Amino acid sequence: MAEKLKLEMVTPYKRVLSQEVDEITAPGYLGELGLLPGHTPLLTTMKVGELTYRQDGDLFHVAVNWGYLEVENDTVTVLVDTAEKADEIDLERAKAALGRAEEALKTLSQEDKNFAVMEAALERAVIRIQVAGKKVR
Amino acid sequence: MPSLKDIKKRIGSVKNTQQITKAMKMVAAAKLRRAQEAAVAARPYAEKLQSVLSNLAMREEGDSHPLLSQRGKGRALLVLMTADRGLCGGFNANVSKAAERFIKENEQGFEAIDLTIVGRKGKEFLKSRVPENIKQVHENIMAEATYKTAALLGQEVVDAYQAETYDAVFVLYNAFQSAIVQIVTLEQVLPIQPKEVEEDTADAIDYIYEPTRGEVLADILPKMVEVQFFRALLESNASEQGARMSAMDSASRNAAEMIDKLTLQYNRARQAAITKELMEIISGAESIK
Repeated sequence: MAEKLKLEMVTPYKRVLSQEVDEITAPGYLGELGLLPGHTPLLTTMKVGELTYRQDGDLFHVAVNWGYLEVENDTVTVLVDTAEKADEIDLERAKAALGRAEEALKTLSQEDKNFAVMEAALERAVIRIQVAGKKVR
Repeated sequence: MPSLKDIKKRIGSVKNTQQITKAMKMVAAAKLRRAQEAAVAARPYAEKLQSVLSNLAMREEGDSHPLLSQRGKGRALLVLMTADRGLCGGFNANVSKAAERFIKENEQGFEAIDLTIVGRKGKEFLKSRVPENIKQVHENIMAEATYKTAALLGQEVVDAYQAETYDAVFVLYNAFQSAIVQIVTLEQVLPIQPKEVEEDTADAIDYIYEPTRGEVLADILPKMVEVQFFRALLESNASEQGARMSAMDSASRNAAEMIDKLTLQYNRARQAAITKELMEIISGAESIK
């Protein structure tokens, strides 16, 4: 059994991560998902959320937004629309986005098709702020 | 024989043109580098998605999802990617001509072929040739070839396909080979045709699916369409800059050649004028003696 997991994270714009890690926690479709070396092959969709990985005792946090996660032969491939590491997040922007989303939600009715869009934006902003607070110690 | 003043004027105007083409070349070169980087950066995502999809689709029956099922030849949609601006050599003409050819060649095969054009130049080229085929034109989206743009385009197409407005969707664009070489490429977007994977490797992977295989597939297929459009957009963008760069490069070179020729002509004319003047003076002095 391999000791490490290979984590590959790709977005349409670039390869975000390609690293050997010890442990991964991801926001799976059916809830939080912990991955350790030797995991069975798995394919799942992911929700907006926070992906955490441990590397040599340090915890790293990444805000991810919609995607897929594939485990195969101790290689974890994460395909996401966006991925931001904790230290890359612009907290001011995230807060502004949160404010905008909240404002918009107050005025929109639930049936409005923009409602779902703004709700998703709100969720993303909340996650970003949450992750930004957890920079590597 | 043009006068000295005339030649000088022409040299000046050619020089001005050369300055513009040189500047355009520089701008295109800078943009090309960025576009090329973006195109390269998008590759891993598309490749991974493709391999995941192949793995998935292999285990499914042929028509388990509407986006995979072959519905035979009915109405087709052709998405054509061109540029908004000209002065880039044969870039727009080549791909637009290919679209026209595609329509002519496949008229019999399909009930109808509709065209969605990205870019102003494609519209200008085709609006007089195949006006009844053009259904939609997107202008000025090339400037910001973001994933969002491609996603919107992709969703539109997927919706139309699922509503059975179209039975096949193709995309036609300039694939980026190098700054000088662009290859007009036709790809089938829908129904999705997953690439075959080798049997022995496929056996080794039997996933656990969350929530279910069907749902994962239903999620991943529209994504594939979006990614394909995104790649086509990026490739086309890089090709456009490449084509413009080489077109402007040869324009600058032609201008330099022309300036050389004109300068030679100018010098000759100047010398002739001096000789003539001298002769007049000498013959004038002769006659006084």
